[in-house]
Amino acid sequence: MYKRISLIAIACVLLLAGGIPSYAQESSVLSRIKERGTVNMGHRESSVPFSYIGDDGKPQGYSIDLCMKFIDAIKAEVGMPELKINFVPVTSQTRIALMANGTIDLECGSTTNNLTRQKQVDYLPVTFITGTKLASKKDSGITEIEDLEGKTVALSLGTTNEKAIKRVAEENGINIKTVMVKDHPQGWLSVETGRADAYASDHVLLYGLISKAKNPDDYHVTGRFLSYDPYGIMVPRDDSTYRRLGTVTLADLMRSGEAKQIYDKWFNPGPTNINMPMSDTLETAFEIQALPH
Amino acid sequence: MFEGFDTGVILKNLHFLIEGMQTTLLLTVVAMIGGLVLGTLLALSRLSPFKPLSFIAGSYVNFFRSMPLILVIFWFYFLVPHIVGRPVGGFYSVLVAFVLFEAAYYCEIMRAGIQSVRKGQVYAGQAVGLTYVQNMRYVVLPQAFRNMVPILLTQAIILFQDTSLVYVVGVKDFLVSADLVANRENRILEMFTTVAVVYLLICLAGSIFVRRLQRKFAT
Amino acid sequence: MKYNWDWTVLISEPYMDWLISGFGWTIAVSLLAWILAFSLGSILGILRTVDNKILRGFATGYVELFRNIPLLVQMFLWYFVFPELLPHDAGMWVKRDLPMPEFTTAAVCLGLYTASRVAEQVRAGINSISIGQSHAGLAMGLTPAQVYRYVLLPVSYRIIVPPLTSEFLTIFKNSSVALTIGVLETTAQARQIEEYTFQGFEAFTAATLLYILVTSTVMLLMRLIEGRVRIPGMISLGAK
Repeated sequence: MYKRISLIAIACVLLLAGGIPSYAQESSVLSRIKERGTVNMGHRESSVPFSYIGDDGKPQGYSIDLCMKFIDAIKAEVGMPELKINFVPVTSQTRIALMANGTIDLECGSTTNNLTRQKQVDYLPVTFITGTKLASKKDSGITEIEDLEGKTVALSLGTTNEKAIKRVAEENGINIKTVMVKDHPQGWLSVETGRADAYASDHVLLYGLISKAKNPDDYHVTGRFLSYDPYGIMVPRDDSTYRRLGTVTLADLMRSGEAKQIYDKWFNPGPTNINMPMSDTLETAFEIQALPH
Repeated sequence: MFEGFDTGVILKNLHFLIEGMQTTLLLTVVAMIGGLVLGTLLALSRLSPFKPLSFIAGSYVNFFRSMPLILVIFWFYFLVPHIVGRPVGGFYSVLVAFVLFEAAYYCEIMRAGIQSVRKGQVYAGQAVGLTYVQNMRYVVLPQAFRNMVPILLTQAIILFQDTSLVYVVGVKDFLVSADLVANRENRILEMFTTVAVVYLLICLAGSIFVRRLQRKFAT
Repeated sequence: MKYNWDWTVLISEPYMDWLISGFGWTIAVSLLAWILAFSLGSILGILRTVDNKILRGFATGYVELFRNIPLLVQMFLWYFVFPELLPHDAGMWVKRDLPMPEFTTAAVCLGLYTASRVAEQVRAGINSISIGQSHAGLAMGLTPAQVYRYVLLPVSYRIIVPPLTSEFLTIFKNSSVALTIGVLETTAQARQIEEYTFQGFEAFTAATLLYILVTSTVMLLMRLIEGRVRIPGMISLGAK
């Protein structure tokens, strides 16, 4: 404990003295990567188009591309251009366990960054912003949460969306019936079978669900953002040298416009035809996070 | 959207469903054997004259019997990668969960079985100079197993049904395979009905077999 | 291992409320299902012992049907398949106007499932009474219904208190299956807290303790009741 405090103290002094040289502080993650000669990348298997298994059986997606840039920076930092990448599939239930026990060195998926989770892990800068919206039949007349008065909305268990809808409904005195579902296909099914009038979820997921529907033209994603869910690449906690390396990589990508190119590759329209041009919010976020050297 | 029962979707995905059933059966068999071995050891510990050992075994059994299986599955799905330090497929996590969970139930069955062997048998074994282990191995356990066969098989049928709970962590057993097909092909009605019928037929056949066996043993 | 323990998450907002409400739903589902299982199971159990072949066949069919399909599959059948089998308007009513659809469906499904198990216990209880008792009743001029009411049932229910207790505990544990159709009971809430905070060990521990608490309380209560209702000279039936 004292050691950690003194390390932080040293770090602060160095920071005041004008920035930390990257070798000034021992990074446990970098040294274990160097020792093993491999970097273990956690990825999701079906988080389209962030991180999923492509037709060639290899992980691909927006988050994977960004992580590859980070891994390039790691290679340069440890001076091992031949560093191997070991792909480790994770799920929403195993990602934290595998990060905490040191199995994975970074997680490239679609993980929301929140302050409570930062007690367990650290995050790189925000690379995607989503939030709760509604998906409904176009002819249902539902365009905003207010239109759900007396109607039924499907909510996915344990999501930020669930809390967002309940909070907004309560604040505005809207009387909404809810039906809880276990996962996204179930939520979508409830809209298609008429159990619910709308499904509330992260807007990016809704676009994905509609693109796979039988009649995509009958449905739309609608309404204002009802919650704020920033996605970030997850890294082990308490290793500021390692995290800074990632921050630098992403800041460079955002500054040079390369991040936008990668975004367009996956979202506009993207290989899965998700058709989501970059939002103004995300564009601004990239500008703000493109810190100068 | 459910006009007409579409049997085509079942035939089309038959291969996929059979693969799922293989996972279900594998899980059932391994959990049964593992649970039985561990359960027998626990039962011997519970009946052991060494108090701390029987206390530990008793606590183990009560602990697992107080918990819903779903919670146990979640526990191990989360815990196993922490312990082994590398990613473990969901299948192995739930396998561990099932073996440990079933052991508690098999322990109780075995304990009842061992206690059903008449005391005189044990004394006779001791009288001819068998050690505790030999006595258990050659006298008590064979008889206990024989008495317990119907109940053990009934428990196996329950276990076979319980493996469907791996659904909550998405291990591709029979139910999850059917669920995937149902979502992909939009054929919920057909798939879930098929699943129910298949489980019903297998379990019904199983329980009829057990009943026959029981009758045979009774005479 | 770099897991950062943080037990305060369990008493912080809103996670403690989640656990409490989850526990409330667990109790609510279990109790409602138990009322249904006990009443229906008693009727079915009695029917399985009557002379009338049709009634007996019906009860046997029910027990075999509900006992041989996994509970989880039954949950799905009631929730997803059942409304689609009804006429369109009735199906829409079940899907849209049923009060608290997930909760009601879960409790009814769990109740119908457990009824088949309760029926078996009741039948075993009745069958354990020697045939001479009912013959004696009939000889005294009691109707068959009166034989059940005054001779068989009072004794058999006292005999099957222990297996019924264990069925109640099973219903209580099985109520966690309701999470698959969206009931936010204890296990679902623990899972949700993990998802939200990444403090999974704390959340699962809390849920585990809640279940153990209920199980131990019920066992303790039942041991007291058992002592009072035990029939001298008759051994209680063990749970099968």
